Amino acid sequence: MANSNHDKPTPQRDEISGVDTTGHEWDGIRELDNPLPRWWLYMFYACIVFAIGYWILMPAWPGLHGYSKGLLHRSDRGELSVALHDLSAKRGVAGQALVKASLEQIEADPKLQAYALSAGASIFGDNCATCHGTGGTGGKGYPNLRDDVWLWGGDLASIEHTIRVGIRSGHPDTRQSQMPAFGRDQLLTGEQINDLTEYVTALSRRKASPATVSRAAPIFQAQCAACHGADGKGNQAVGAPNLTDQDWLYGADRNSIHTQIWNGRGGVMPTWEKRFDTATIKALTVYVHANASGR
Amino acid sequence: MWKHHQKLERHSLLLVIGILVVVSIGGLVEISPLFYLESTIEKVEGIRPYTPLELEGRDVYIREGCYVCHSQMIRPLRDEVERYGHYSLAAESMYDHPFQWGSKRTGPDLARVGGKYSDGWQVDHLTDPRAVVPESVMPPYEFLAKKDLDYRDIADKLRAQRAVGVPYTDAMITNAVTDLETQADPFASGGTALKKRYGQKVNQRDFDGQPDKISDMDALIAYLQMLGTTVDFSTYKADAGENLR
Repeated sequence: MANSNHDKPTPQRDEISGVDTTGHEWDGIRELDNPLPRWWLYMFYACIVFAIGYWILMPAWPGLHGYSKGLLHRSDRGELSVALHDLSAKRGVAGQALVKASLEQIEADPKLQAYALSAGASIFGDNCATCHGTGGTGGKGYPNLRDDVWLWGGDLASIEHTIRVGIRSGHPDTRQSQMPAFGRDQLLTGEQINDLTEYVTALSRRKASPATVSRAAPIFQAQCAACHGADGKGNQAVGAPNLTDQDWLYGADRNSIHTQIWNGRGGVMPTWEKRFDTATIKALTVYVHANASGR
Repeated sequence: MWKHHQKLERHSLLLVIGILVVVSIGGLVEISPLFYLESTIEKVEGIRPYTPLELEGRDVYIREGCYVCHSQMIRPLRDEVERYGHYSLAAESMYDHPFQWGSKRTGPDLARVGGKYSDGWQVDHLTDPRAVVPESVMPPYEFLAKKDLDYRDIADKLRAQRAVGVPYTDAMITNAVTDLETQADPFASGGTALKKRYGQKVNQRDFDGQPDKISDMDALIAYLQMLGTTVDFSTYKADAGENLR
């Protein structure tokens, strides 16, 4: 070390750059005492000045009972409420009309319907597609919304009501029904359930053993007909599916049918009344109705 | 002036003291007001501590690292409010230790996922996410349904939460195990007492579809199904001066 730690460093002029050194030297390495670049220094000062301005204009300093609101009285939440207001203004006439018009009127008015369809498509994608599938074609346990088979009714009013209150959702007016778990709760014997499975298979016009079917007929009339109807064609008032068609929510094979009679599963659809406003529910209703076949 | 600054720069002890002073000012100004300012947390109706089952579910949520891909923080921005619902309030995480705001959204925000999907969907989705959402990149968590929930220390967990300020009552702690078992069984007799302690909105169901078992999935779904549902927004005035930030 050229300088001991206690000595005051003596700056020397560096010959190559002509700049003074700091006077330190470690293992023969010395550093130039260049000043900070001017542009950098002035930016730094500018930032300090900006910060002072920011303190005055924007919410900044905490106090004993609150915080300084700033001369501009800016608020993120306040700005949001303005932005949402602008949004509803932008949606404007069509959005307002959606609230006032009846579902039938929306469908009859091409302009209004086009608006409802595009709004409905985006709402469906964000909220419904998770269960019913991106295209609305459903899956096991999640009804297909593109066909003409409906558990709780496929007319406009029924669809709107279903979206509003949900199915077995806990909403006070929810659509509610519960198929008994005939096997699990031991309401029927295993044999009777086997027979019923055969009977239900026969209902949808598939090959089944005639002897078994005739044996099961009285059981069906006693246990199932109240909801599914004497002819097995279902009842949309209680969400009982039509057993004579080719559409099966939990599977069409004998095993799936047997499991269903045994356990009596019933899906849950949430209520959307609190999440969506009236216009949104109407747009969604029109969208779902328009995309189902047999409209 | 720069000559004086050199004294700080050249003396390590002085420099350390100087740094401490500057950092403390920042801390004092930014952190300490949160302890005494009453306006920080909005006054809302409905916020309650987690039920024992939900608290266990929250621990499963943290254990599985759900917060790595899911945030629980709807920011006051138009597009977020349009998609997820009302922006998150400070009051909604006042009993969260630690809070689960997260910072990354590989999956969607979960702050208001409660009640958005059915329990059955949650089971299907946790078991095999791509069975219901084909484009999902979420890993499957089917093992949660197989694993019995270990809730032997639930009363201690409530005590620990109380130590950091969550208002669990003595009755809540004494009945923690019963309350937990009650919430996962729709036919349990303790439902009235559970709802008396934690409010009428508490979901009492068999969440995972396995009536004879309380699994990790029961707890997780119970937690997910209450997220963002407690605040009564019909009595909350978002545009009132004291609620603007």
